[in-house]
Amino acid sequence: MIRPDAPVLLEIRDLTARVEDQPILKGVSLTIRAGEIHAVMGRNGSGKSTLSKVLAGHPAYTVTGGTVLYKGEDLLSLEPELRARAGLFLGFQYPVEIPGVSNLEFLRVATNARRAGKGEEELDTFAFEDLVRERLQVVQMDPAFLERSVNEGFSGGEKKRNEILQMALLDPLVAVLDETDSGLDIDALRIVAGGVNHLAGPDNATLLITHYQRLLDVITPDYVHVMAAGRILRTGGKELALELEERGYDWVDAELAALERTPAEVG
Amino acid sequence: MVAASLSTPTAAAGAAPGSWIAALLANATGVASAGADALAPSRSRAAQALAQTPLPSRRVEAWRFTDLAPLTALSPTLLSPVPAAQPEVGAGSLRLNLDGHSDPLAGISLPAGLEPIGGDELNATLGQVLAATGSAELWPVLLNGATARNVLALRVRGPVATTLELVSDAGDGEGILPLRLLLVLEPEASLEVLQVHRSGGANLTSFVLEARLGEGAELRHGLLAPGAETGCLLATVAVEQATGSRYSGVSAHGGWALGRLEPRLVQREGAAHSALKALQLADGRQISDTHSQMVFEGPDGRLEQLHKAVADGQGRSVFNGAVQVPRAAQRTDAAQLSRNLLLSDRARIDTKPELEIVADDVRCAHGATVSRLEQDELFYLQSRGIAADQAARLLLRGFCEEVLQELPEAARPWQPLASLLGEQGR
Ligand SMILES: Nc1ncnc2c1ncn2[C@@H]1O[C@H](COP(=O)(O)OP(=O)(O)OP(=O)(O)O)[C@@H](O)[C@H]1O
Ligand SMILES: [Mg+2]
Repeated sequence: MIRPDAPVLLEIRDLTARVEDQPILKGVSLTIRAGEIHAVMGRNGSGKSTLSKVLAGHPAYTVTGGTVLYKGEDLLSLEPELRARAGLFLGFQYPVEIPGVSNLEFLRVATNARRAGKGEEELDTFAFEDLVRERLQVVQMDPAFLERSVNEGFSGGEKKRNEILQMALLDPLVAVLDETDSGLDIDALRIVAGGVNHLAGPDNATLLITHYQRLLDVITPDYVHVMAAGRILRTGGKELALELEERGYDWVDAELAALERTPAEVG
Repeated sequence: MVAASLSTPTAAAGAAPGSWIAALLANATGVASAGADALAPSRSRAAQALAQTPLPSRRVEAWRFTDLAPLTALSPTLLSPVPAAQPEVGAGSLRLNLDGHSDPLAGISLPAGLEPIGGDELNATLGQVLAATGSAELWPVLLNGATARNVLALRVRGPVATTLELVSDAGDGEGILPLRLLLVLEPEASLEVLQVHRSGGANLTSFVLEARLGEGAELRHGLLAPGAETGCLLATVAVEQATGSRYSGVSAHGGWALGRLEPRLVQREGAAHSALKALQLADGRQISDTHSQMVFEGPDGRLEQLHKAVADGQGRSVFNGAVQVPRAAQRTDAAQLSRNLLLSDRARIDTKPELEIVADDVRCAHGATVSRLEQDELFYLQSRGIAADQAARLLLRGFCEEVLQELPEAARPWQPLASLLGEQGR
């Protein structure tokens, strides 16, 4: 839902970042207001996951320029855990397996950290069990997954559902979902998309990274951005995704080449 | 392998190591024991051998990484620990307190299937498993033999439903607490044992356990040993297995100035199952050491071994895992894995498999990894609002739990993880 007067939740300006010595993000700008759903598409390797991890504060990436304001404040100076407590959520493209750490305990500690960030009091184990059982229904997940180690031995689709379960527990203000739809069967896709729709509201915002129109058939984006070579090359409405589905990414090369020739963009 | 600064070996202040033994032997001989002294003959033999054996030095391969200085810094006397607070005994357990001098069976009625061994039979049996596992001449065994006042010796018939808890707490007193244990499992007998050895001061807990498993017998053996900054632990577990028997040892030790565990297993005719799962921790300037030895003397034997270690601070972790598969041991299936977590640049981990394989038709797998906390795992937790230090603790706990959750159920009230990480008040 686009409301020009809605507060800006995330404002990314000219963001550049590298991993080791290799520049990956080469000037990303993006503004997200409350209530909006944004989709980011683009070829493999164009920098979508890098953008999501830089936003969440992954230590492997070094920001070399630009700014990111989250609710008007500098996001990049915050430790990753403080970003999360302030309501930024990253749904991982590849959720990490953590042997020996119980999913239930992990979810409880994470939920309480976020609650502390919202100024709410901690939930004890019983109150938390009630909450988690209720939220499990959003993703129609078997409670048995709570007893296992975090993501350990989960199938690809089960990991993605676990990500959405975390999102449902953490009540984020800005959720960045990196290919949450990949690896899901048709039913699971509907469940996950239903979960995202259920959690999206006028006060929060969602940034979906995806390759497929089929997700955008169920979650209607307000904006679609096309990323290429570490930049956002084009922004449009939901029809841009349909156009991509039809035309593919061949046109990207021509536009990129044109960009490279423009001196202002190279510096 | 990551190296760090080493503490230089130093002898006890003012005393040469040899004179430390001499002083200890002099002190130990003067102490009378309660009741009939079944150990007197073997004790004087061990004392003689000990007097003639030089202290293990770091020039000896088996002690290359393990400095005895924390031990020879201790008072060379026998310790009489005072009873300490303990968690309540669980419903399915029988707890025996070991203090090195009083009879742990006094006033106890043993559950069906357990009975004490005494008299001539004890004299005839004691030391046999040590001999069978080549452990009789080990220095920690001699030290124990020269000082131990009594022995807890039990025969096991049939399946015993009760978990036997063998507990000692050296407390904060000074000196040496020697404990000697013997378990004889008749064919088809089964037993679960949990040993808990704690310390709160400058003392040595020395124990030697001999276990003989008859055909088809099963021993599930847990050992939890959270130590003290100045305390030492020298533990030898000698196990002799007949065919069809199963020995499963789960151990966790850490927090000792010097903590060394030596599981020594032999399958006399092969065709038995042995499992060893271990966790050891070294922080501060602690040394955590495991030297394990598995010998297959016949075909079709199995070993599953997982050894995990965590080294933090300037701690030092040593693992040496010997596996011997002579020609007679065809179709042996042995797997050994050493997984190590290095938490500080100044800590040090030495891990070494030592496979001697002569038989040709065998499967022997071994592997060793040394790693730090995974950045991606830490980040995943942080991205969920969990602070970096708490995330690191969760990961460390996850690493440890793989072994700790295999301890007998009776270990729960002793809070294995918290006690090993020093996170609980004593
Ligand atoms: N940690 C890293 N080390 C080395 N290279 C990296 C690292 N992270 C990203 N890259 C490189 O940066 C580029 C962008 O990667 P990124 O994962 O952001 O792409 P993506 O757009 O998410 O691709 P996909 O659609 O395949 O998920 C790729 O060329 C990738 O190899
Ligand atoms: Mg990606």
